[in-house]
Amino acid sequence: MAKKSIGPVRREFVPWESPDHPPFIEFRNVTKKFGEFTAVNDLSLKIYEREFFALLGGSGCGKTTLMRMLAGFETPTTGQIFLDGQDMAGIPPYRRPSNMMFQSYALFPHMSVEKNIAFGLKQDKLPAQDIESRVAEMLRLTKLEEFAKRKPHQLSGGQRQRVALARSLAKRPKVLLLDEPLGALDRKLREETQFELMALQEDLEMTFLIVTHDQEEAMTVADRIAVMDKGQLVQVATPAEIYETPNSKFVADFIGDVNLIEAKVVEKSTTGTRLVSVTDGFVIDSEQNTDAGTDETVWYAIRPEKVRIAQGTGEAGAVNQIGGLVWDIAYLGDVSIIHVKVGEDDHDTIRSTFANVSRMVEKPITWDDEVVLTFDRDAGVILRG
Amino acid sequence: MTDEIAAPAKRTFGGKLLIAVPYLWLLIFFLAPFLIVFKISLSQVAIAIPPYIPTFDLAEGWQAFTDNLAELSLENYLWLTEDALYWKSYVSSVIIAGISTMLTLLIGYPIAYGMARSPRAWRPTLLMLVILPFWTSFLIRVYAWIGILKNEGLLNQFLLMLGLIDEPLVILNTNIAVYIGIVYSYLPFLVLPLYASLERLDGSLLEAAEDLGSPPWKAFWQITVPLSLPGVIAGCFLVFIPAVGEFVIPDLLGGSDTLMIGKTLWVEFFNNRDWPVSSAVAVILILILVIPIVLFQNQQQKMSEADG
Ligand SMILES: Nc1ncnc2c1ncn2[C@@H]1O[C@H](COP(=O)(O)OP(=O)(O)OP(=O)(O)O)[C@@H](O)[C@H]1O
Ligand SMILES: [Mg+2]
Repeated sequence: MAKKSIGPVRREFVPWESPDHPPFIEFRNVTKKFGEFTAVNDLSLKIYEREFFALLGGSGCGKTTLMRMLAGFETPTTGQIFLDGQDMAGIPPYRRPSNMMFQSYALFPHMSVEKNIAFGLKQDKLPAQDIESRVAEMLRLTKLEEFAKRKPHQLSGGQRQRVALARSLAKRPKVLLLDEPLGALDRKLREETQFELMALQEDLEMTFLIVTHDQEEAMTVADRIAVMDKGQLVQVATPAEIYETPNSKFVADFIGDVNLIEAKVVEKSTTGTRLVSVTDGFVIDSEQNTDAGTDETVWYAIRPEKVRIAQGTGEAGAVNQIGGLVWDIAYLGDVSIIHVKVGEDDHDTIRSTFANVSRMVEKPITWDDEVVLTFDRDAGVILRG
Repeated sequence: MTDEIAAPAKRTFGGKLLIAVPYLWLLIFFLAPFLIVFKISLSQVAIAIPPYIPTFDLAEGWQAFTDNLAELSLENYLWLTEDALYWKSYVSSVIIAGISTMLTLLIGYPIAYGMARSPRAWRPTLLMLVILPFWTSFLIRVYAWIGILKNEGLLNQFLLMLGLIDEPLVILNTNIAVYIGIVYSYLPFLVLPLYASLERLDGSLLEAAEDLGSPPWKAFWQITVPLSLPGVIAGCFLVFIPAVGEFVIPDLLGGSDTLMIGKTLWVEFFNNRDWPVSSAVAVILILILVIPIVLFQNQQQKMSEADG
């Protein structure tokens, strides 16, 4: 990995960079098969104490299965899981120091909201007073005070989700497993809850493992993100690293918007690599050194916001400069995404983000304008497959 | 505005008809026979056909009708309180039915639980096995128990053979035989509703309970039992209610000292040919059964309202 700072660092917390730091949760070559089907495939992962760790991946890639193995509801077919240095094999769920928020919420229908939240605390035989104050605290945190006496069936989907969250948080477990905890919340409440979760995780010094479909959410809350595909980890890194230096086409495509340009390596030197677009012949100069050999076809991934756009015609043969026609404009308010047709085919477009900094522009870029796209030598990444 | 609000309240003719069907059913097959029995219970015994007076005949005119009405009295109900046999029969029936219901629940719960927990593919077969006894006549199945329970019956032969006992156990013609008969006969009525409510139970609730620190045996009491309560209650009613009035089982399996209201009623009706008194016995039996059910339902309603 390039040893330069990428993106903001939330706090001085990078235990994964020191090889001796003992992991808090460790999956060691874990495989889980359901009959013939392999849901998790030889997966190894280390998660550190007080880390906020996000699992990201398409539907059915094995995220829930991974969590259920950690919680003790599934037994790995092979491999080991360690929690706080202890091998979890044979330890039943009720004796594991983790709590889980279920994807289906699994609220107890015969108990009121407060009884649901108090359930875990009662199992620990805490004094009634402590239980009461902890429940009140959780109700306040999840803004459920006025629903305390209601039964789950009398709540909306979002309210139920908050009850499930409150119930899993109530015991302040060492490890909290959150399976898509915020999916049913509206955007505002979702963002608020994300920050509440982060604050809570800091305050209580808990380790959070969150599953989400929403990459923006993962980027917001997590210290590190693991991108999963077909039961395997594709990349494990900080949000900024995942975004700026994806290690594969899959990750680049999965996280955020990206232009993927098929290109051929034409020249390799100590200062970088020179590529030529396969379909359109423009030249890309990258400062990145690649393992790919000369003449090998690779992917050049570049985010739309790193592509500058201006009216005018491109110089033929110029480096990191592509001429084209405006094909489509998606106005998103804060930015516009401009699709520029750079080749013969209508689908042969490159997207550029254009920040709408002033409300009125004298001569705005519009459909069919001739434009030129430019980008820096360090703007994109070369990916081999 | 008014149209919009009024519209949903208006029912179509078809809708009304649909709601009327169960009421009509109750009217014809429950309320009408009940009123006839109730009327007989207010009459007096007579040597006649039918064996009671007065009998109403619409052809006799209004005067006769009111005269007849004046002859009705609560005398038979008074009689029921005077002879200890009746209230003892009621109490004994309720006790026998209650004990049998408890025993049925103790046996039926594990069966229903096991069925609900079995692999999905087995469940239709297991369900079939529970219903299978219904394919033979109830009477024949109860008779079969005589062969099993009598002194030289199958059970005693088996126990003697194993050397567990030296002398045959006297089971037939005791209350124990009645319990066995009721538990055996009514078990499916308890298992079926219970199975239905246990099968619906979401397995992730038990996982959630376990995750929150409750071992499986505790989670069973905290989650499974309360959530299967509607099934338990429905099943217990389906056993208890017919068991209270049961006649065949105490008659065939019970002893001469087995006191059950069904038997008393039978003797009153067929041996003494006292239709009015046996009708009064039947009316009181219905009240004994209906009142607790109504009270219970009220209670349930209050509880669910208090939750809201
Ligand atoms: N008990 C099971 N028996 C058979 N297959 C299963 C079982 N549980 C999960 N699977 C399969 O394992 C795969 C991974 O499932 P998992 O629930 O972990 O997905 P996921 O990543 O959580 O997906 P989603 O984002 O949709 O929740 C899926 O293809 C699923 O069909
Ligand atoms: Mg899932």
